[in-house]
Amino acid sequence: MAKHESRSMSIAQLLWYMGIATTIKLLVIPSYHSTDLEVHRHWLAITHSLPLSQWYFDETSQWTLDYPPFFAYFQRFLSVFAHLVDPQIVHLHHGLNYKASSAIYFQRISVIVSDLFFMYGVYRCTSNLPSLKRNLVWILAVWSPGLVIVDHLHFQYNGFLFGWLLLSISFLAQGRDLMGGFLFAVLLCFKHLFAVAAPVYFVYLLRHYCRGGLVKGFARLSVMGAVVVAVFAAAYGPFVYHGQIQQVIRRMFPFGRGLCHAYWAPNFWVFYIMLDKGIAFLLTKFGFNIPSPAASFTGGLVGDASPFVILPQITPMTTFILVLLALSPCLIKTWMDPRPRLITRSVAYAYTCGFLFGWHVHEKASLHFVIPLAIVAVESMEDAKHYFMLSIVSSYSLFPLLYEAQEYPIKVLLLLLHSILIWFCFSAQFTKNKAMKSTLQADKKAAQFELKGSSRTAAVNGGFVLGWLAKSYLFGVLVVEIWGQFLHPYLLGDKFPFVPLMLISIYCALGILYSWIWQLTQIMILS
Amino acid sequence: MKKKRGMEKVKRLEDMVNAENDDSEGDPWWWLVQKGIKHSFLCISLFALLVRVAVGLHPYSGAKTPPKYGDYEAQRHWMEITLNLPAKDWYRNSSVNNLSYWGLDYPPLTAYQSYIHGVFLKTFDPDSVALFTSRGHESYLGKLLMRWTVLFSDVLIFFPAVLYFVFVYRAMQSGRGRKSDVAWHIAIILLNPCLILIDHGHFQYNCISLGFTMAAVAASLSQRDPVASVLYCLALNHKQMSAYFAPAFFSYLLGKCLRHKNPLLEVSKLGLMVIGTFAIVWWPYLHSKDAAFSVLSRLAPFERGIYEDYVANFWCTTSVLVKWKKVFTTQSLRIFSLAATVLTCLPSMVQQVLAPSSKGFLYGLLNSSLSFYLFSFQVHEKSILLPLLPLSLLALEEPRSLLWLTHFAMFSMFPLLQRDKLVLAYMALYALFVLLYFAPGGPGGRCNSSKTLDHKQKAKKGTKFVSSVAFHPLVMGFLCLCSLILHVIYLTMRPPKKYPFLFEAVIMLLCFSQFIIFTFYFNSKQWMLLKHLTSKDKQKKLI
Repeated sequence: MAKHESRSMSIAQLLWYMGIATTIKLLVIPSYHSTDLEVHRHWLAITHSLPLSQWYFDETSQWTLDYPPFFAYFQRFLSVFAHLVDPQIVHLHHGLNYKASSAIYFQRISVIVSDLFFMYGVYRCTSNLPSLKRNLVWILAVWSPGLVIVDHLHFQYNGFLFGWLLLSISFLAQGRDLMGGFLFAVLLCFKHLFAVAAPVYFVYLLRHYCRGGLVKGFARLSVMGAVVVAVFAAAYGPFVYHGQIQQVIRRMFPFGRGLCHAYWAPNFWVFYIMLDKGIAFLLTKFGFNIPSPAASFTGGLVGDASPFVILPQITPMTTFILVLLALSPCLIKTWMDPRPRLITRSVAYAYTCGFLFGWHVHEKASLHFVIPLAIVAVESMEDAKHYFMLSIVSSYSLFPLLYEAQEYPIKVLLLLLHSILIWFCFSAQFTKNKAMKSTLQADKKAAQFELKGSSRTAAVNGGFVLGWLAKSYLFGVLVVEIWGQFLHPYLLGDKFPFVPLMLISIYCALGILYSWIWQLTQIMILS
Repeated sequence: MKKKRGMEKVKRLEDMVNAENDDSEGDPWWWLVQKGIKHSFLCISLFALLVRVAVGLHPYSGAKTPPKYGDYEAQRHWMEITLNLPAKDWYRNSSVNNLSYWGLDYPPLTAYQSYIHGVFLKTFDPDSVALFTSRGHESYLGKLLMRWTVLFSDVLIFFPAVLYFVFVYRAMQSGRGRKSDVAWHIAIILLNPCLILIDHGHFQYNCISLGFTMAAVAASLSQRDPVASVLYCLALNHKQMSAYFAPAFFSYLLGKCLRHKNPLLEVSKLGLMVIGTFAIVWWPYLHSKDAAFSVLSRLAPFERGIYEDYVANFWCTTSVLVKWKKVFTTQSLRIFSLAATVLTCLPSMVQQVLAPSSKGFLYGLLNSSLSFYLFSFQVHEKSILLPLLPLSLLALEEPRSLLWLTHFAMFSMFPLLQRDKLVLAYMALYALFVLLYFAPGGPGGRCNSSKTLDHKQKAKKGTKFVSSVAFHPLVMGFLCLCSLILHVIYLTMRPPKKYPFLFEAVIMLLCFSQFIIFTFYFNSKQWMLLKHLTSKDKQKKLI
């Protein structure tokens, strides 16, 4: 009875956090939105106006459908309501670049509502944690500034997709592997970018689910295989039936886009490019004649041509192999010792590898590992410190998404608020009880002997303290931001306009690289 | 002696630690409050700032509606005037300052504030404050800069005032009560939806005058009466509407002075402060009688009617029965309204002169501002912000009245905000307020459990009837339903041609009925305080 009551209490608490987040999401509806809003609106139109057989062929707009079928079905589902709200939203031709408030409100609110799924995922992931820790995870995940920036300002449906991912992880962590595998397969049919974690899932499920002798293992393997095949059949079946599977695949993997996005995601390739530039610069200084590259990274447009001067060209295959290489220690570890407790970390690690070494990575993809890591951030002090650094860096790396002045205070306040919140949360968690009791003792003595000791404050502060390296690194974020926003335009004017963004990429890449190494060591150490 | 003090300290510490441990067990807000009030204030104020910035994304009053636009244009125009003309010409009609187009009609402090903001605008967007040519100026950057001026004012004046008040209020209760309640109180004051909507949505600078008023309240509660009178004069000199609080300040400060050994000295000290502040603020207009009077005449809009639009006050509501504007001249209406206001203020003033007390003072502020709102001349819908301020200061005393009155205050401004296209912000902020009010483990959620309710009502027998009727679940539910339906009707339906303002009138009637009930309720609450004053308390007051 009491347990039941506390559970409903805690649901109320989660709903409360969610409600507060929702009010903020509602308030930012009139803010800037990227072309993704039009992209998704056009997808609503495609799926609503055209028969399924033409979805992946339509070229009415340059924003062709390039997500897997489940997402297209999801858009089809939403388009039913969109049609009720305003038929023009889903009109294939008249709807192009339709900017009426009905369209914007409908799409924004659909993101807000689909976030409910994310909340459910978070709830399931945290249902076994003690109440204080659970509270903290909710604050980290539900009030994540990254999600607000990407989904509710920039516009995308990441929250909804993370819902599937977190649900899948929660089932795996509980040992219900079949359900976890099923949900992950569904997720892959929503957005194929999540496939980076597929090797981890594969190895984990093979070793954890399909164990117990040859016969039982094989039986389970076939059950799991059947489930996954069924999911994929449900997604791609209709397109196979129409004989369009090649077209669907071609749309989903546009490798012509180049290694880096216009704004470089803070990953390994940033260092690679910088190294190339550095060597080229040195060589020209020493009098070598260096041909200028066919495509320039700083120009923003990145095509198929090699942008590198000295270093070898990077192909999608190179990145693929690098990701697998980076993943391999984690895969081996999972093979040797598949544990439900470590699955969250392994999945997050896989996404980190994909982010660092992947092809044409978006800065938004850093959320793929920051959100799952929130669940394990409360496990130990080291985790908390790491997460504190990582979440700040990842949110900061999203800043260039919102480049207009109007949203500037919003993104800064979101980040500041988040930093303060998690600082408070972690302090509260790690100073609890222990510090309290010791200070009580100390103060008792001090008062009895009339000795004024400042031990109390010292002990309370002793809970959650960052090292000087982390502190100065985070302070550097401030310096980079002040330089990019104020000093650079003031001192250099319009010269080198790419430098502020480049600085953000390089600086954040350092943090993410650190996080990658740290995550790897944690996975290796923990057993 | 020393040892005794030491033991006392130990006991206090033990209590504190026990209390904190208790908190951390059941309190979901432990992480927020464990570092102290200042830290939780920092966190909450960042959130409050975020909400304000987000509301600033929405349209302002009179956007894209030439020729007169709205309050946004008025404020921008004042910046233009103060920036480009010498101070003596600010309030004077001239070839360069057409007073019929949003002439400056607030006291000089507003003009100075406009000047400072004008300088800010000029550095980044000179076009937006250029003389003449900037009329009706609307641009992306202009809107942004204007929004930021309100944010700066809020952060520089309102937020520190809240912190000051919260500290004083906590000291007043000698540190009793849960820390999370303090955080709740901060959030409730900072995230008052009406204030945010009017300042950051509709566009005004109420945060400045209300911030000064709140600081003045805090100063007088902490016995710094001279500081309080200076701060209150600043509020008064920013918006003449702050006079709504004048009776309360006057009676409370007078009551306190009378209890001093040398009342005359105290009174003259405060008087000197008031005159000094006024002299400094009004300095550019004191060189001649004409100049001062021309400013004064701008401040008192007696040529306007007794009410405008559909404000939920006595005159406007009763005009359904009595056509005040037709039956009486403006002159006599002015006298009526003055008499009504003074009469309704009087009980609470008398109470404060007789027995000035901290709590009584807060109730006094509430009562006098409600009287002004209901009965004074030329009241605007936005004036409901003034009673809401002392009510939010009393949030821990009167949580449910706060919820209820905020609901109707919001509702009474709904037609105005709907015209400004702020419905989305209205709904979001309303939801935010309700969520904050019912924060898990917060005072708002607690007082709904019947146990504490009974307890509270026993303590205040006299007000039992009013509160039992007003807060009866059935009555509350019915009125909530009514207002919900009215919201929907107002948004979706067109009124019959014969009565184009039918819905506004119904909204006004509903809100007025609640405001008048609460005026009685708060007045009786204030008088009840007298009974609770023991002789010991009275002795304290003598010091």
